[in-house]
Amino acid sequence: MRPLIAEPRYPQAPGAAPQKPAQALKPQKAPRRTVAPTRLAFRLERLWLTPVVRIITRVGVPVFCVTLGLGLWLGDGDRRADLIERYQDLRTQIENRPEFQLSALAIEGASPEVEAAVQALLPVHLPASRFALDLDGYRAAILRLDAVKTVALVVQPGGTLSVRVTEREPVILWRTALGLQMLDESGHRTASLKRRDARPDLPLIAGEGADKAVPEALAILAAAKPILPRARGLIRIGERRWDIILDNDRRIMLPENDPVQAIDRALALNAAEDLLSRDFTRLDLRNATRPTIRLSVPALVAFQQAAAQTTAEASQ
Amino acid sequence: MTEFHKTQRAMRTMRTTAMARGVIALLDIGTSKVSCLVLRFENPEAANDVVTPLFRQSAMRVIGAKTIASQGVRYGEIDAMADTERAIRTAVQAAQKMANTRVDHVIACFAGGEPRSYGLAGEVDVAGGHVDEQDVARVLAACDLPEIGYGREVLHAHPVNFALDHRSGLSDPRGHVGSKLATDMHMLTVDAASVQNIIHCIRRCDLELAGIASSAYVAGLSALVEDEQELGAACIDMGGGATGVSIFLKKHMIFADTVRMGGDTVTRDIAAGLQIGTQLAERIKTFHGGVHATGMDDREMIELSGDSGDWEKDRRQISRTELIGIMRPRVEEILEEVRASLDAAGFDHLPSQQIVLTGGASQIPGLDMLAAKILGQNVRLGRPMRVQGMPEAMRGPGFAAMVGLALFAAWPQDEWWDFEIPLDRMGGRSFKRAIRWFRDNW
Repeated sequence: MRPLIAEPRYPQAPGAAPQKPAQALKPQKAPRRTVAPTRLAFRLERLWLTPVVRIITRVGVPVFCVTLGLGLWLGDGDRRADLIERYQDLRTQIENRPEFQLSALAIEGASPEVEAAVQALLPVHLPASRFALDLDGYRAAILRLDAVKTVALVVQPGGTLSVRVTEREPVILWRTALGLQMLDESGHRTASLKRRDARPDLPLIAGEGADKAVPEALAILAAAKPILPRARGLIRIGERRWDIILDNDRRIMLPENDPVQAIDRALALNAAEDLLSRDFTRLDLRNATRPTIRLSVPALVAFQQAAAQTTAEASQ
Repeated sequence: MTEFHKTQRAMRTMRTTAMARGVIALLDIGTSKVSCLVLRFENPEAANDVVTPLFRQSAMRVIGAKTIASQGVRYGEIDAMADTERAIRTAVQAAQKMANTRVDHVIACFAGGEPRSYGLAGEVDVAGGHVDEQDVARVLAACDLPEIGYGREVLHAHPVNFALDHRSGLSDPRGHVGSKLATDMHMLTVDAASVQNIIHCIRRCDLELAGIASSAYVAGLSALVEDEQELGAACIDMGGGATGVSIFLKKHMIFADTVRMGGDTVTRDIAAGLQIGTQLAERIKTFHGGVHATGMDDREMIELSGDSGDWEKDRRQISRTELIGIMRPRVEEILEEVRASLDAAGFDHLPSQQIVLTGGASQIPGLDMLAAKILGQNVRLGRPMRVQGMPEAMRGPGFAAMVGLALFAAWPQDEWWDFEIPLDRMGGRSFKRAIRWFRDNW
């Protein structure tokens, strides 16, 4: 065994390479001591790891503190009122900012009467805040005008409230006991009319419930175009069928179903036998298989005389 | 029926509570390290159907682990209570923190206390036609308690074998028909003071003790494979301060002993022989240690660095041969002591002569060859089986006792205190006696 002494500090032979140990150990670090927790730290750590304690600390205590603080602070009535007032102030301030101001009203696509009505319906005086104006209510109010079909409200940048109105187009006149009404193609009233002469281009209908059958009336009028110069209008009978009133108080009674077909048939008869220039009071087309004609009194007398003459000639 | 017996029963109840809660801590109080594991039992009920060793390990999971250098422990016994308590606290706190859960129940194992084995035999006449639980209780009570000495307590008491009339080797005699029931029991006693010290230390840490085991026994549970436990094998758990010896046969421990020498003794020899600090000696031992010197080792020089300030002392070198020359006699001495212990236990007469070396000190290179010369030819190095979630650093043979303790916690073998108390010893529990009388007679 080698003696337990170190190698000489300086090697004897100056030329010889210093003998190196095969494995040099790294310099020893001081052994790391684990620092033991104190009993108090240990107990607190265990307490903290208890689920109930964790939940109470993490959820219960903050919720309790916040609730208690708010409750105490808001318990005073003056503070509450002050808080509400501040909130209202802030709200008003924001609402009155220039970015939210409406300064002008621009109405498009409306006739002068409708435009005046739309302006009159605007609930606030401009300029006003965007929040003071109930756009939905305003829109509903405009829609309640008979002449208005659709309306689009757009708040444009720069504070302009743009109202785009589509008006109803009157296509027919309806004479009632209350006066003349103009109706659109769906039968909705658009406006009243004082005199028939004001709109001579529009056809006339009459009778109770005629406004509910405007599409049908329009179809009949379209089919009866060749005889329209002689017609005065349509009349609704019993809220179920139409009569065409011709001049000299003559009538074409149309059936409840397929009135257009009946008119076509009458026109065909007219073209073949010149039916409408005959002297009659009623042309009854209600029964499609048996069109009936009611002659006027002089025509009936003439017809009977002619028939008697024909019979006499035949008997001779 | 001593006080400690009642403590053992109470600890069993505590273990059941811990299993119901699903989390339990394991504590290995060793001479060189204190380790703490936090185990979670995933589904202890479902595991009851099939019981295989691998299935046993699959039911639990390690969720927290910590190993620290031990303080205040000598020869596997507590030497300085305050230091040990502090070490336990540190380990438990770190493991708890890793597991992120609070642990209240702990099962501990220790190597010291000078365990002594006793073989007990008892015989009793079966009261009814077949053996029932009361008969088992009576036959266990009929075992003669040998003179275990003053100040010693029973740490383990396993009924190893039951015999009914002429049939022996029954593992569970209940329900069998017979007239004479006999049992063999293995009892392990330890020094009462060492156990009391451990109980006291753990109480001081606000933890409940749910079981206590000898580390020789639990190391055998994990290091021996099932065949070895069945056919007979000895497990040598070479720890820091003590080397545990346990012999298993038919899956029961039949002998346990400790040699009060271990890896730390070797370290101290190196420190004394080379006049260096214990830390450096430990380091040199783990990096360069061995028990077989070869010619190569003469040329391998080890630098004994130090910071004593004396240049001549701090710049010494030794060859590895010299280191081996210091280590080998001590290791031989340990193994010879083990040999003596095995001889005393009659290990020669077992059908299988398998010897398994485990524990931290079993990692000395060449130890198995040296052990083969001293202990017998069938020597192998044993490592514990894997437990789910176990850190990689804790998979070496040094943690065999730890893994065995996990198995012990999950699937304890029946011990004396797991059986019923015989009726005539039940004492004042008249209500329980009344219930038992009704159950037996109706």
